[in-house]
Amino acid sequence: MLEVRSLSVYFGDFAAVKKVSFKVSKGEIFGLLGANGAGKTTTIRVMCGLLIPTEGEVQIGDTIFGKNNNGNNNNSAELIKSRIGYMSQKFTLYDDLTVEENWKFAASLRNMNNGIYKKRCDYLNQWLSLGDRTKQLVGKLPSGLKQQVALAAALFHNPDIIFLDEPTAGVSPYARMQFWNLIKILASEGKTIIVTTHYMDEAENCERLSLMRAGEIIALDSPEKLKHSTFPHGIWGLAEEKIPPCLREEKTLSMWPCGLNYHMVTHNLAHWEDLKKQHPILANATLVAPTLEDVFLELVEGRSR
Amino acid sequence: MKTHTNVSLTLQNLEKNFSKVQALALSGVSLHFEVGMLHGIIGPEAAGKTTLMRLLAGLLAPSKGTISYSIDGVVASEFETVRPLIAYMPERQSLYADLSIKEHLDFFSKLYELTPSEYKEKQERLLSITRLGGFLERPAGKLSGGMYKKLGLICALLRSPKVLLLDEPTNGVDPISRREFWELLYSLRQENILMLVSTAYMDEAERCSRAHLFQEGKLLFSGIPSELLVKHRAKDFNELFIKQAEQRVC
Repeated sequence: MLEVRSLSVYFGDFAAVKKVSFKVSKGEIFGLLGANGAGKTTTIRVMCGLLIPTEGEVQIGDTIFGKNNNGNNNNSAELIKSRIGYMSQKFTLYDDLTVEENWKFAASLRNMNNGIYKKRCDYLNQWLSLGDRTKQLVGKLPSGLKQQVALAAALFHNPDIIFLDEPTAGVSPYARMQFWNLIKILASEGKTIIVTTHYMDEAENCERLSLMRAGEIIALDSPEKLKHSTFPHGIWGLAEEKIPPCLREEKTLSMWPCGLNYHMVTHNLAHWEDLKKQHPILANATLVAPTLEDVFLELVEGRSR
Repeated sequence: MKTHTNVSLTLQNLEKNFSKVQALALSGVSLHFEVGMLHGIIGPEAAGKTTLMRLLAGLLAPSKGTISYSIDGVVASEFETVRPLIAYMPERQSLYADLSIKEHLDFFSKLYELTPSEYKEKQERLLSITRLGGFLERPAGKLSGGMYKKLGLICALLRSPKVLLLDEPTNGVDPISRREFWELLYSLRQENILMLVSTAYMDEAERCSRAHLFQEGKLLFSGIPSELLVKHRAKDFNELFIKQAEQRVC
């Protein structure tokens, strides 16, 4: 459905994206994670046809755009814009317009004729069970419903691929759960979903995740496989106050706070047993299930601590 | 300022409405905040977190109820007595994009009338714990989200506050910067500061010594995070909020 091949983007001498390649299947929910400045937004801008890469290309269906093998621009990006929907947490709706007015505006940007607009309006209204709430000002809606209305605006032209940029930041856990149920329905209907987020619990909804650092992909797999491959021996948790101060200087042990505990990881079980002999308090440490945040911290920040 | 000053805070039936037609931004909030603990004000958008922070910082007046600060066990009769002890960091902090980290610290040290020796000592300590020392000449407008938040925090800490009000300090920053920010807050726990941190990240509730959970202007629960989870049979705070919402729907 979507393939990124050997994509590089330079701003002057600075490489924002370096030789990035991945494929996303039709109906897949795919996440792009990384620290600020990792290259996620640049990659998305290229995939949306908003930025011409320095090298590499993107294929969406049969349409290829980017740089071709001769280094020339392939400007087919315009062709895919009708197939793409984009929703951001920050700015997608006008608070002083009603739901219907916002949708009408979104449809007019796509030059949609009145007949199709009405059909889509009815369909999305029914899908979200909004009823008369389409007449309400968006600014008066609860944040969870606002997110659903924004999603509908991104879906108005019935795109194949939907980009979600931190779609549920700040929204209540219940509204977030409802939002992700809608996204899963869309994926089951064949829509391809690409998500970028700093919320690790949001990333848990993705079927596969690509983790970027300094413009490169450093890991790509399902959340469960990433947890297992990053921490094959699991993670040890111990209350912060029980950690011997000298252990914090231990170079062979990764350690970070998580809740009121510290999470500790060693990649050498024999060494862990040695440490337990030196520090008997470590016998109180319990094996805990790794979270995606643990994976992120370990892979993106490295094992130098 | 005495260095041993302890400030605690009690809210009684606190209420705030911004207009007669809208729902209350905060209603019936009664809480006690003890010094030396990291208090989390946890809730999604429109929970009333920012309104509460602004009330506590003296930027808004309550519609009903009381806010009582106690200094060394004595209730302060005037908010003006407490004001110099409070540092408030809003979610969108207005730092000067063209000024460097060093210029910000110089500016705020003059604003807080620090002596050169006080300033030198504080600057060294704060730059060391925030690891911003290597970026002194970088303008605020060119800092990453996490570094910008840290700069905001050290500007607030220059005045040696006894009450630190941080409104969503980790919003929008990546998990690494979030973790660094929380480590920074942990390191401040020893300094006898009453710290209130608001956040919409549910997982951050577990990083606080006390979690105060808000929804739609009301206090849902308050207590030690691990005890709250056991009591409400939830594996995490996401689940706890979802259970609450489902009960209301039913």
